[in-house]
Amino acid sequence: MGETIAFYVLSFLILSLAIMVVTARNTVHSVIFLVMSFLCVAVLYVVLRAEFLAVIQVLVYAGGIVVLYLFVVMLVNLSGEPEAHEDPRRLGLTGLALAGAVLLELAGIVVYSYSREPSAPVAGAAASPVQGNVEQIGWLLYTDYLIPFEVASVLLLVAMVGAIVLARREL
Amino acid sequence: MIDTVIIPLLKIAVLLNAVLVSVTFMTLLERKVIAWAQSRLGPMRVGPYGVLQAIADPIKLILKEDITPARADKWMFTLAPILSLVPALIVFSVVPFGGDELFYITDINVGLLFIISVTSIGVYGIILAGWASNSKYPLLASLRASAQLISYEIAVTMTLVSVTLTAGTLSMVGIVEAQQEAGLWFGFVQPVAFVLVLIGGLAETNRAPFDMPEAEQELTGGFHTEYSGMRFALFFLAEYANMIVIAAVVTVLFWGGWLRPFPSVEILGFLDLIPSWIWFFGKMFVFLYLFIWIRATLPRYRYDQLMRIGWKVLIPVAIANIVVTGVVKVLL
Repeated sequence: MGETIAFYVLSFLILSLAIMVVTARNTVHSVIFLVMSFLCVAVLYVVLRAEFLAVIQVLVYAGGIVVLYLFVVMLVNLSGEPEAHEDPRRLGLTGLALAGAVLLELAGIVVYSYSREPSAPVAGAAASPVQGNVEQIGWLLYTDYLIPFEVASVLLLVAMVGAIVLARREL
Repeated sequence: MIDTVIIPLLKIAVLLNAVLVSVTFMTLLERKVIAWAQSRLGPMRVGPYGVLQAIADPIKLILKEDITPARADKWMFTLAPILSLVPALIVFSVVPFGGDELFYITDINVGLLFIISVTSIGVYGIILAGWASNSKYPLLASLRASAQLISYEIAVTMTLVSVTLTAGTLSMVGIVEAQQEAGLWFGFVQPVAFVLVLIGGLAETNRAPFDMPEAEQELTGGFHTEYSGMRFALFFLAEYANMIVIAAVVTVLFWGGWLRPFPSVEILGFLDLIPSWIWFFGKMFVFLYLFIWIRATLPRYRYDQLMRIGWKVLIPVAIANIVVTGVVKVLL
């Protein structure tokens, strides 16, 4: 009961903060709304008993990535009117296409999750010999999800090398 | 009801008041210690040896006029001091001040990560304070402060990974218990990590010798130049609360938290007569004194030197420390 109430309150907060992110006149204000929205998502994770995920959400998104957004927004002067796009109709069509893609994706997820049997807890989590949130995530990452995990780390390495190459023109 | 709501609320109330009162007296201690280091007397007028100065200062700050600059962004200007103080206070919820359950509010299994992530929110207060003031020097100072915070946060977080490897847990209580089992404070097992966390902690709390964001000669006072009255005081509360957090974290991770020295040596058992929380506060006080001592002793670094130390020394050493810890852990 309490969890259901928490879920709806948090969802309402997350969605209304997300709307404020795109409607805020001032870019710095929208970044702050974005942070608040991320913090609410972290609380949602806590309600779901995924404490590790919640803390990582705060650390990586709210504490890391959005700080860099804020830097960029603060340093780039955005007070002037945005430049008019060459073809305003094309801009609208692109937005419509993107929104449609997101809608399709969400609909697909809903249909998929309702058509399946109510899923059992992940098999590996039940079989893992360790207890506790962090330990089980570590266990799963290094057993069942080893290859996606390694692929993700290579991806991060590539991004890091790319950032260095972009930052230093002559190597 | 009593166990889940009333007792935690009481603990939170006691803890918040204790933190705020100790912050007030930290300012007095700092002024006194620095004065003694410079052969001065320090505050002497209010109360015997100036001890009531700690009460007089907050009263003065509350009574002062609270000014918002005309061109400032009002909402963000109000939000910034709150955003910098609240994370610093939230962190105390997972710090175990003693061995008994009475002395900590909660023990979550991601305690250490919780501390890192919540303190990383504090940087918003600094950035927004500089930006919302709509003034040159605060903006420059807040850019400096946030760049410094982000750089040293990486080094500290990396270092804490090696401590976690040694302890095998992220829970703050669990880390102290691991030291009890090992019979040795982790300061002796991980001396490199201890030095790294201490340096990183000084830099993250903008303390001397890393207090570039408050370099008066260059920036007229730092990111809180435009603030006055109690809102200015909130930034100071946040800085000192963060200092206490760093001292508490170093105590828990490296100096055995509430444990007595050499917890495995039977002969020293009589030391257990001293309550665990006294050990904790004693150790914490040593580190707080050390921070003040360092401020009184060392001159300020230059900004490029600071960045060089952070990126080219601390982070590589932290990564090497993780590798060495991992190898040793596997071999043993």
